[in-house]
Amino acid sequence: MAEPLLKVRNLRTYFISKNSTVKAVDGVDFEVYPGKVLGIVGESGSGKSMTSLSVMRLVPGPQGKIVEGEILLEGQDLLQLSERAMRDVRGNRIGMIFQEPMSALNPVLKIGEQIGEVLVRHRKVTKAQAKKQAVALLRSVGFPRAEQIVDEYPHQLSGGMRQRAMIAMAMACEPSLLIADEPTTALDVTIQAQVLDLMRSLKEQNGTAILLITHDLGVVAQMADDVVVMYGGQVVEAASADEIFDHPLHPYTQALMASIPVIEEERERLQAIPGTVPSAADFPSGCRFAPRCALAEERCHEQMPELREISLAHAVRCLVVQGKTDRRENAT
Amino acid sequence: MSVGAPESFEKLQTVQPLLEVRNIKKYFPITGGVLRRTIGHVKAVDDVSFTLNEGETLGLVGESGCGKSTLGRVIMRIYEPTEGTLTINGQEISHLKGEALRKLRHQFQMVFQDPYSSLNPRMSVGSLIAEPLLVNRRGSRAQIQEQVESLLAIVGLSPEARVRYPHEFSGGQRQRIAIARALALRPKLIVADEAVSALDVSIQAQILNLLADLRKEFGLSYVFISHNLAVVKHVSDRVAVMYLGRLVELAPKSKLYTQPLHPYTQALLSAAPEPKRHVARERIVLMGDVPSPAKPPSGCAFHTRCPQVMDVCRSLRPELKEHTPGQYVACHIYS
Ligand SMILES: Nc1ncnc2c1ncn2[C@@H]1O[C@H](COP(=O)(O)OP(=O)(O)OP(=O)(O)O)[C@@H](O)[C@H]1O
Ligand SMILES: Nc1ncnc2c1ncn2[C@@H]1O[C@H](COP(=O)(O)OP(=O)(O)OP(=O)(O)O)[C@@H](O)[C@H]1O
Ligand code: SF4
Ligand code: SF4
Ligand SMILES: [Mg+2]
Ligand SMILES: [Mg+2]
Repeated sequence: MAEPLLKVRNLRTYFISKNSTVKAVDGVDFEVYPGKVLGIVGESGSGKSMTSLSVMRLVPGPQGKIVEGEILLEGQDLLQLSERAMRDVRGNRIGMIFQEPMSALNPVLKIGEQIGEVLVRHRKVTKAQAKKQAVALLRSVGFPRAEQIVDEYPHQLSGGMRQRAMIAMAMACEPSLLIADEPTTALDVTIQAQVLDLMRSLKEQNGTAILLITHDLGVVAQMADDVVVMYGGQVVEAASADEIFDHPLHPYTQALMASIPVIEEERERLQAIPGTVPSAADFPSGCRFAPRCALAEERCHEQMPELREISLAHAVRCLVVQGKTDRRENAT
Repeated sequence: MSVGAPESFEKLQTVQPLLEVRNIKKYFPITGGVLRRTIGHVKAVDDVSFTLNEGETLGLVGESGCGKSTLGRVIMRIYEPTEGTLTINGQEISHLKGEALRKLRHQFQMVFQDPYSSLNPRMSVGSLIAEPLLVNRRGSRAQIQEQVESLLAIVGLSPEARVRYPHEFSGGQRQRIAIARALALRPKLIVADEAVSALDVSIQAQILNLLADLRKEFGLSYVFISHNLAVVKHVSDRVAVMYLGRLVELAPKSKLYTQPLHPYTQALLSAAPEPKRHVARERIVLMGDVPSPAKPPSGCAFHTRCPQVMDVCRSLRPELKEHTPGQYVACHIYS
């Protein structure tokens, strides 16, 4: 396999205040490969957004801080870069799209000016060249009226159009990595399909690597090559998308798959996961899923499981679950 | 036209439907200019008809802005319909006001997407649930206390929740509180508007199971509004698909999900991402955006995005007609 484009090692991002330490990201490892989509799933508060903001070094300060870890982009540790050098990475080598495009777009600048600005800054083109490129970019994300759209303001566009404009902006400098945090959550299904198609063609035609963050297992199943499942600031399972969906091993991943309605199947009763997500300021000792886990044993409440590779390229953080080979033996 | 009674209920037509929605329209004025004169209308709901039987769940799907919430609010008589009639339990309520409406309100209740904004943060959970009981004088203080406790138990909360406040609960627990409050007056009909959309997937299942249990226990009927097609399939008996204020298809779920007739339903289903690998489905990616309901396209409102558009579609509006027993569709392909 190719070398990973992005390698995240033991990332810890905490919010530290007088009264509490919120362990938003607590020892996360993963890799993203060129031309592949890594999906990060997990429920609200599991640390998905903080992971992606950490990669961009945009963790909200002063309380939020990356306290440990390495973020290697093509072998270079972004955590060692000066803020100035980091500004050359953002928007240039790493593009980012967010759930709410309005938060990333400047409401008083025309769409073309915003895209052009990125090009002028990183690519040192003239304003006129930048505008021309902006039109081409807008056309490539599916705007038939691109010449007019460059002169429109964000509020004149619909939600789906704004999201596509933001993708055009993120792609302006042909970054090798695109980080997309819930890019379609606010969109209608038919518009979501358009945006997902666009991301797919970016990866296929430009070889862009994509870090796709979502809580929607459906989107992950359709888009991802590899999947990381997060729970309580940690990676609890990591494998190829086929493995995750066909042979989920972690009790949380399994429960998650059984808890959602699926169109293709008739599910009499959904298998609900009891209890609620633990607070990142006050994790239980031992396994963070133990209070809700149907398989929990006594030791689970005391001992924190390590993320173990239990079969080729399939890692699980659980004391009880065995690998596939063992599972087969048990079954017979 | 008896729109939308499912086959199994057709034979029971002696039983009158719990809810009858007939040619309901809800238009919102658009004002403009210095004089704030009405310069047009948003046709949020534009001639919708269907019936709902006791114990039945009707799912309502469609894209943002198509009028789902507005229709739900008209059924709840939060809004007065611009036109059409609304009958609950044989009684017409389309234009009732004040005391006359309040007297019937206990029969129908609404559960919203954001449980937080629908619960007064300064009231304890106990008083939130007791409020409708007190207002409608449902027993002595002691009896009401008892009812509050039993309602909390029904939705799976401990009795000590009474003395706590909404902000002390998680999203899923708040939705339980909102449901307990909606159940207090023993309604027959609940309109659930994106009731699980804001919840985490693992919590969503708890609430969906609770709604299913309540339906069995109390014979409740639901109008279940959601943009999530898988969730709607899970809870519904029949499903209505809306586009720009109108129903484009209405069918028992077994039919709607296996042989959708309307090109829009087909596109919606093909775009719904399934949480499975290797689902071989033909994907229909629609071009363009949803048009504004203030300026709906002429003829069939879907013609600007329809992959199967014909000339007639641009000028003539297709009516919702029964195509196969129980399955209604508004599209020229079928006429
Ligand atoms: N500014 C902040 N101060 C303190 N804690 C924070 C702050 N921002 C986030 N957190 C906490 O960090 C944890 C991880 O948050 P994060 O936004 O990464 O979650 P997420 O997985 O993206 O969730 P969602 O699906 O809701 O977007 C949460 O427990 C959250 O409460
Ligand atoms: N009180 C109001 N005044 C004016 N226009 C309104 C009002 N309420 C809704 N509308 C408009 O009516 C249309 C239908 O809105 P509605 O909220 O019913 O859609 P919806 O299907 O529930 O959408 P969503 O999925 O986003 O909740 C929209 O164009 C909306 O802007
Ligand atoms: S370690 Fe124990 S509690 Fe944690 S997921 Fe595994 S079985 Fe469940
Ligand atoms: S009436 Fe015409 S435009 Fe409308 S859905 Fe049918 S084929 Fe498409
Ligand atoms: Mg997030
Ligand atoms: Mg709505």
